[in-house]
Amino acid sequence: MNALETIHLEKRFGGIVPTSDVNLVVREGARHALIGPNGAGKTTLINLLTGVLKPSKGRIKLGGEDITVLKPHQRVARGISRTFQINQVFGELSPLESIVFAIGEREHLGTRFWRGFGSDDAIVAEAVAIAKQFGLSDVLTAQTASLPYGKQRQLEIALAIAGKPRVLLLDEPAAGVPEAERHEILEIVAALPQDVTVLLIEHDMDIVFGFADRISVLVEGKLFVEGEPKEIENDPRVRAVYLGERADG
Amino acid sequence: MHTISTPQEATQALAKRRAWHWLEVVFWLAAAASVFLLPSQHSLLTQIAIWSLFAISLDLILGYAGIVSLGHAAYFGFGAYVAALFAINYTGEPVTGLAVAAVASGLLGLVTSLLVLRGSDLTRLMVTLGIALVMYELANQMSWLTGGADGLTGMPVDPVLGVLPISFRPLNAYGYVLAVLFVLFVVARRIVHSPFGMSLRAIKGNPLRASQIGVPNNLRLIAVYSIAAAYAGIAGALLAQTTPVVSLTYIDFQRSADVLLMLIIGGTGYLYGGIIGSALFLIAQKFIGNVTPQYWEFWIGFALVVIALFARDRGVFSIFERLRNIVGGKTKP
Repeated sequence: MNALETIHLEKRFGGIVPTSDVNLVVREGARHALIGPNGAGKTTLINLLTGVLKPSKGRIKLGGEDITVLKPHQRVARGISRTFQINQVFGELSPLESIVFAIGEREHLGTRFWRGFGSDDAIVAEAVAIAKQFGLSDVLTAQTASLPYGKQRQLEIALAIAGKPRVLLLDEPAAGVPEAERHEILEIVAALPQDVTVLLIEHDMDIVFGFADRISVLVEGKLFVEGEPKEIENDPRVRAVYLGERADG
Repeated sequence: MHTISTPQEATQALAKRRAWHWLEVVFWLAAAASVFLLPSQHSLLTQIAIWSLFAISLDLILGYAGIVSLGHAAYFGFGAYVAALFAINYTGEPVTGLAVAAVASGLLGLVTSLLVLRGSDLTRLMVTLGIALVMYELANQMSWLTGGADGLTGMPVDPVLGVLPISFRPLNAYGYVLAVLFVLFVVARRIVHSPFGMSLRAIKGNPLRASQIGVPNNLRLIAVYSIAAAYAGIAGALLAQTTPVVSLTYIDFQRSADVLLMLIIGGTGYLYGGIIGSALFLIAQKFIGNVTPQYWEFWIGFALVVIALFARDRGVFSIFERLRNIVGGKTKP
């Protein structure tokens, strides 16, 4: 069973084609990494998958269901969620409020206007458990904007997981995190539940090879090559296009 | 800050955010006392209560959902005309009039929200302004219905629920208006502290993340815009019921601008800003106006500049807070 699939996916901005005939298959339960040099179209592809951008051509399937025309929030409801390269958290809310809110929306209780926010014990209990799992217990009632970047990063991932996604898109989870706080993020990523399919978009080769069981290489908007980490590592074309370029700086 | 490790602690922390603060209780007791203790000021207090409700309505969309409006008087005026026409043609019972005005203005809000919510901040601002101008011109042109520039008179005001006469009885009228303000305040307070209210704050804070959590941003904004329009309509209906004539000033740009000023003076996003702002605004207008009528606009302009520069979120309260920090030698992060 394929968790996520794109079929002849294409995106054009005038003469520029950041996504060109991409046929990506992410298997259920996979730890799939999407790599590629800067400007390869990784972020555009993520935006197409989550519905932020509309494709010019092609289809997107989530668990076999065609989600090409669905809006972002409808795709989330069907089980695809994401983190952002730059933290997108609710600065004015506390992590506790943010996580309780995310769980409530997942349960479609966000339109309740007569109940107190946080009065649903089951939701609050789940939020506390998620906070523990993501190392946020000690900052739950602080204002998110006042937290160190690493903690905000942990919240970023916690918010995505709170939606109980079938497919999680991780866009450079360690980006911008200071070296000292990095290991905590990587541990969290490594400990993500096995039943969640993860598509990791990453620049850092150490993270990719330490995490992924399948790697796709994107170059100039096209899927260049796909395979197991070993194959990718030893593929001379990948070395030339990607790793080689990195070595040159 | 301490570590939260049990659901009970978390539930308590969240319940504390919704709980009534003792200052709030004192405030409403003082408001209730004013009905009996300040008989000479009833007409001013009635004005303050009506403007407060109007400003709370604006706070729901501006303070909680981040929608700036320069045309909120459209719904205020529409509610006033609907209440007046309903009273003239059907029944003069005030609470029924409020309900009809709320439904009518709420529906107008629902329809116009589809226009307002297209586009970004500046577009929204222009659309709200445009809608109010259209409504003004409609009221002006349809003089067979609205009385046009002469205004609409002859609206009957029966006793509230058949028992409390408010016509030419300032004490009763103020008690009625204050009771409506209190009930609608409590409802608004409940809404902003609900999961729905939290989703509005989330959309305002980060619409991108909210949509990636699965929130249908636009539906939520349409809902709160309609609720706010209904509130504005009720405020308009209250003014119509306590004033002899419904005129074009109910719906003009000055009113939209004034309510925005009041809310910004009092501060957005905590509901009391609208009440405090309209009280300060109207009291200042009355007393400064008595001393130096020609300088009233000067002082309000001056206050606006100060608040815009130093105290955008919490209005006058941020100024107090800043002063305290300066005096206490603390620097703001």
